[in-house]
Amino acid sequence: MNELLELSAAAALRRIEAGELSADEYFEAHAAAAAGEELNAYLWRAEPGEARPAPDPEPGSGRGAGDLRGMPIAVKDLFCTEGIETTAGSRILEGYRPPYTATAVRRLGEAGARLLGKTNMDEFAMGSSTENSAYGPVLNPWDRARVPGGSSGGSAAAVAGRLAPWAIGTDTGGSIRQPASLCGIVGLKPTYGAISRYGMVAFASSLDQCGPLTRDVTDAALLLRAMQGRDRRDSTSVGIEAGVELPSREDLAGLRVGVARDFSHHAEGVEPGVAETFERALATIEELGGEVEEVELPHASHGISAYYVIAPAEASSNLARYDGVRYGLRVDGERGLVEMYERTRARGFGAEVKRRVMLGTYALSSGYYEAYYGRALRVRTRIAEDFARAFERCDLIVTPTSPSVAFELGARTADPLAMYLSDYFTVPMSLAGIPAISIPAGLATPPGGGPELPVGLQLTTPAFTESKLLDAAHALERAFAFEGAPR
Amino acid sequence: MNERGATSEARYEPVIGLEIHVQLRTRTKMFCGCELSFGDRPNVHTCPICLAHPGSLPTTNERAVLYALEIALALDCEIAPRSIFARKNYFYPDNPKAYQISQYDTPLATAGRLGEVRIHRVHLEEDAAKLVHVSESGRIHGSGESLVDFNRAGTPLVEIVSEPDLRDPAAAREWLQLLRTTIRQIGASDVNMEEGSLRCDANVSLRPAGSSGLGTKTELKNMNSFRFIERGIAAEIERQRAILDAGQEVVQETLHFDPRGGSLTSLRSKEEAHDYRYFPEPDLVPLAPTEAMLARARESLPELPAERRERYAAELGLAAAQATQLAFDAELGDYFERVVESAPDVDAPVIANWVAGDLVAALRDADQDGDSPASSRVEPPALGKLAAMAQRGEVSSGAARSVLAAMVAEGGDPRAIVEREGLGQIDDSGELEAIVGRAIEAEAEAAERVRGGNPKAIGPLVGFVMRETKGRAEGAEVTRLIRERLGA
Repeated sequence: MNELLELSAAAALRRIEAGELSADEYFEAHAAAAAGEELNAYLWRAEPGEARPAPDPEPGSGRGAGDLRGMPIAVKDLFCTEGIETTAGSRILEGYRPPYTATAVRRLGEAGARLLGKTNMDEFAMGSSTENSAYGPVLNPWDRARVPGGSSGGSAAAVAGRLAPWAIGTDTGGSIRQPASLCGIVGLKPTYGAISRYGMVAFASSLDQCGPLTRDVTDAALLLRAMQGRDRRDSTSVGIEAGVELPSREDLAGLRVGVARDFSHHAEGVEPGVAETFERALATIEELGGEVEEVELPHASHGISAYYVIAPAEASSNLARYDGVRYGLRVDGERGLVEMYERTRARGFGAEVKRRVMLGTYALSSGYYEAYYGRALRVRTRIAEDFARAFERCDLIVTPTSPSVAFELGARTADPLAMYLSDYFTVPMSLAGIPAISIPAGLATPPGGGPELPVGLQLTTPAFTESKLLDAAHALERAFAFEGAPR
Repeated sequence: MNERGATSEARYEPVIGLEIHVQLRTRTKMFCGCELSFGDRPNVHTCPICLAHPGSLPTTNERAVLYALEIALALDCEIAPRSIFARKNYFYPDNPKAYQISQYDTPLATAGRLGEVRIHRVHLEEDAAKLVHVSESGRIHGSGESLVDFNRAGTPLVEIVSEPDLRDPAAAREWLQLLRTTIRQIGASDVNMEEGSLRCDANVSLRPAGSSGLGTKTELKNMNSFRFIERGIAAEIERQRAILDAGQEVVQETLHFDPRGGSLTSLRSKEEAHDYRYFPEPDLVPLAPTEAMLARARESLPELPAERRERYAAELGLAAAQATQLAFDAELGDYFERVVESAPDVDAPVIANWVAGDLVAALRDADQDGDSPASSRVEPPALGKLAAMAQRGEVSSGAARSVLAAMVAEGGDPRAIVEREGLGQIDDSGELEAIVGRAIEAEAEAAERVRGGNPKAIGPLVGFVMRETKGRAEGAEVTRLIRERLGA
């Protein structure tokens, strides 16, 4: 394997800055790897030798090209890229070439990054295994019989499989953190509103957030720094006012680290390997000087229930625009308009998307709204209040990222509820809108035996305190010294 | 009206509420930067947002919010400190996102009043695209092809819902005209019904006279002129009355008014009503007008028709009808006030007659019917001068009419016209007496009857003098002279 593929992005940037490495050579090494990939991680790739120049900064944006110096980046296919096919993993958008570029991608370009490829994903980001892609599942580079997690499974597999130095994805209930955990990389979901959602194909608007998937915490900070900030095209974006510091912390001295045993114990099917890795992580936290404190998150275990009302409700509305009238797939009917709608959507959407559109339509229906949507919003508020109260007693909270290591392809496809529980630990932070990061904490043997697989640790802090979150994650990352890489 | 109609008319009381949509006159659309346009080529004012491309997001047009606040304040509403945008979900090709961004349970403003009618709510929303159906009927069903023009998609709309405080079709029409003038005064909209920048639906029900409950209502759509509003509501009242007289029940439904035949056809019944699955729009933050925005909206409010009518009646002494006429036509009212200003010696009611009576009539006679006083050649100070000359007796009322006709035709100064045309009042009594003498000779028969004690026979004599003097003589003076000469 080309040794350039082993470098973290920050390490490559240092070499490029020092004149020891050409940005084009670095880009080409990845373009070649992506071209020869066998994980089905990419849906579109830059042709080797045809690296696009970074776009000029938007006039008046105050942003200058340069920080990211021609670095290649893989982008989840949920982000609109002008003139480049953007499918959101769906048949209904096959061949769709957006007339504009998402703000997050544009900002990366303005910072000097270049698009390496568009990554595979669960259709419209609905899934936890990337098996819901209309373009075939993504394979986990650690074990190709297993899933990479989802929905940003293509981005996670590309970074873990050395097909990209780093990537961006989106997280609605765990879609960055869970695949990062299952692929042994770092995945950050920033505070809701930190990064513009403009140009991100919407799944659940009040939850969707863009974030980085990287080899290490420093790389995550670099990408966050390049993408975050208020965008006048997204009214819900506010940016991180204090900015993003590159992490430097090497201990956790003086930090109070909350553990919500109650929440963790309600979890179904936490694998022994995951539980053991988590306990070891707590020991490491104390070795680093952190004080482990018991906190309560009494409503967090209802997160999945609330999430599977709110997210489908918003999705049922967000996905209604795929009607065959203006772009994307259209299947004409013989009996006019309604039949055209029905046929287009019947053929264009996969089973999971249909399931959630129906769930959401039902939840918003007159007469049911209060019982479902209204109630779910109240649970959401309670969960946010739980975190606020807990953060009065601690600086950060840790949980396992996923109850399991990477599972086998097909293991949960017939059981949607089992699939939904993959996000048990990640959904509460999404509902509360607070930042959370997953870092690799070690390896564990899967329940059925076989080679060891990565286990992630999730850290979360109050809204817009990403610098603190990254600092703590950086200290733990050093201590864990996770050296594992797929064979 | 037949007998039964007459009795049932007394038995039922119509209850009418209006739901009005006003297209705002902003430069750009409600949630994107595309320009508003009328009559441009189809689909040239579009972008990823108003075409609902994946990933696009709305942002609120601040100018539209200001206009909406101005309208709400003009309607004496309470402004919500935080109003919420909501999604109204339904599939239709004119609705690109498959939801309309509107406001639902927390609108921009509530609890207002305009004139005698209370306002239920005022909210902001976006307009749909325009569908063109390639078929004879112009309706989507059975058409061979339908085309969509997205230029209109996303145009800012203000929806105004009245309480059911109106009791007859004419009152509904008059109130809608008051509302139109109010919004036109603000400058928030062109408020043109024919062009669709003002649209009105009506909710109509009947109840037993003297009752305070509400009967089953129907909603009338497609009444795109003030005349059709009145006719449509009248037709629906008749229809409901006939149903109730026959001992049947009115069905809650939406009706389409056909102005050609005056017929009402059902669009959908209550059972077929859409479930719009409203929920708060997660892409937009709540609309919280700042103090500065509210202050700016308050400051930019002009004097509104209702206030102006009050001022015309109370301060200027105009009769109720004339005060209404001048106050509700803002342009005419402005013109009137400029004339008043230029002629401080002439009473305002006299000037009101000059403007709303003589000038409007003169424009009509000159076939400049389309011309309003403001767009005519008659400058307000010139009209004021003419009114003052007439009041001082420098021109007779007949001559003044000729001068006004000349001003309508070519503009200019009334005094110059009087001099040029020799229309000044004859104040040389010798000259006038000579003409009176000639009149008595020429109309000897009439003169004899006046002498014989028939004062009404004086007409031909006065007419002769007026012809001879080209109207320069004052009628009363002429009559007095003739009577004096005839000893009558």
